[in-house]
Amino acid sequence: MSEKVLMKGNEAIAEAAILCGCRHYYGYPITPQTEVAAYMAKRMPKIGGVFLQAESEIAAINMVIGTAAAGCRVMTSSSSPGISLKSEGLSYMAGCDLPALVVNVQRGGPGLGGIQPSQSDYFQATRGGGHGDYHMIVLAPASVQEMADMTVKGFELADKYRIPCMLLADGTMGQMMEPVSLDITAPEKIEKPWAVTGTGCKRAHNVVNSLSLNPEELENWNMERFERYKKLAEEETLYEEYCMDDAEICVVAFGIAARVSKNAIDAARAKGVKVGMVRPITLYPFPKAPLLKAAEHCKSFISVELSMGQMIEDVELAIRCKRPVTLCNRTGGLIPTPEQVLDSILKANEM
Amino acid sequence: MKRVILFAGHYGSGKTNIAVNYALHMAKAGLPTAFLDIDIVNPYYRAKDSEELLAQNGIEFISSEYANSNVDVPALPDEIYAVLDRPEQYYVLDVGGDDRGALALGRLSPGIAEENNFEMLFVYNASRPLTSDTEGALEVADEILAACHLPFTGIVNNTNIGKETTAETVIAGYEKAKAVADAMGLPIVMNTVRADLVPALEEKIPDLFPLTLQNKRLYGAQS
Repeated sequence: MSEKVLMKGNEAIAEAAILCGCRHYYGYPITPQTEVAAYMAKRMPKIGGVFLQAESEIAAINMVIGTAAAGCRVMTSSSSPGISLKSEGLSYMAGCDLPALVVNVQRGGPGLGGIQPSQSDYFQATRGGGHGDYHMIVLAPASVQEMADMTVKGFELADKYRIPCMLLADGTMGQMMEPVSLDITAPEKIEKPWAVTGTGCKRAHNVVNSLSLNPEELENWNMERFERYKKLAEEETLYEEYCMDDAEICVVAFGIAARVSKNAIDAARAKGVKVGMVRPITLYPFPKAPLLKAAEHCKSFISVELSMGQMIEDVELAIRCKRPVTLCNRTGGLIPTPEQVLDSILKANEM
Repeated sequence: MKRVILFAGHYGSGKTNIAVNYALHMAKAGLPTAFLDIDIVNPYYRAKDSEELLAQNGIEFISSEYANSNVDVPALPDEIYAVLDRPEQYYVLDVGGDDRGALALGRLSPGIAEENNFEMLFVYNASRPLTSDTEGALEVADEILAACHLPFTGIVNNTNIGKETTAETVIAGYEKAKAVADAMGLPIVMNTVRADLVPALEEKIPDLFPLTLQNKRLYGAQS
């Protein structure tokens, strides 16, 4: 075990990416993710990597597309308004089946919104964000250590499934400082025979493209892609259960909301309330199975979110509306307090 | 005691927390103290979180009106020039991290340098990855100097890894801080440690400064 260091979440993402062999980063500054770019700007030139501050988010995502098509591990990062700008590129990446890591350290929206933390890009991330039938793998870290660990996971899954991966963090995760171990094993480099690396006049050209002139072919591509989504859901869905064994109330929360909720659950347990939590770690694929199972013994669910209620729809779908689901939320850059979540738990307990 | 005490260094090295603790220490020692937050880069976890506490201790607080707001506007109020105009007043300056944070100091540094009654302290944390070795620390220190033109006069060793900090962490960091101090030709003026670690360290490390206040506006972050 290597010695722990003290890092901001944004720095942990950047260093973990470097340890994964990522040598190409393109980005554009925006609060609260700027430290990812700042860290890369310092480190990449020293290790023979490329840091490029693009002229815009749109330029950056298109550089990611080119580099991913050449078979390299590549990433970009931004915050909510910047991710909207990247959405066209994300759709093209999905259409080209290109693996890359895209980090969204969310801030308030819609529009320019504000620089304080938010989780209101849940729909945008889990539904793909851009146009067309596609998904991204969406990972939701809840500590600085997980910012590093999920970066590793993101590169691994993106390569394995040829699906772009989004690390969906929020401003607090990006800005907070915690001890972190960088004892990281880089995911194995996967052969990419499809990559555009030059034929050497020895093989036919590889073509990386999302356009098909033939509707039947395009449909087949979509079918094949959704087979991969299915396999992804079967084999890679990640979640954490907390105090769920005897739970009668189930809190569902991710990221910073899950940390707040843990404190509230401890406080409720001290009052004798049987409450637990399912924390989705992959938001796509969403952990439907453990929630449906929880619906067998939980009388109600509480979705704790920094949004007007987005994940709550996935909770309702996962449990097939068998139990009531209430929302406990703050928006505008505010975070629910443990007291607010506790209050929601106590209200659910009286139902 | 110098009239103007500045804390600068790598972002995340602990400048703001130390500056707040140090201002309280000065006020308790009976010095007329003002706190000047000229950080224009850090979006969250700012000195403004401690504004009330500083006011309760009679410390005037000057900061960007956009601090802790929902926008990041790098603007400072004209009150910051008071540091040059009120020679009877003591000041603690919380400088933004790295060179881009220290840039805002540039407009005050000629006056501060001319008066020559200041301590410009380089806050160092050996557990921060980019600046843990001497080379990395010197690189950041040089960049800060180039941005603000105010030379460092001493080092503050603030080695910690947050809640997991032990006496051993601090002792190991002190050795690295000495190497940085030697390379910069500057003294370590204080070793800042969480207050509960002081008993385990007072025989081993000189000039301990206990940080009694650990202010983080972070709901639920403790778990």
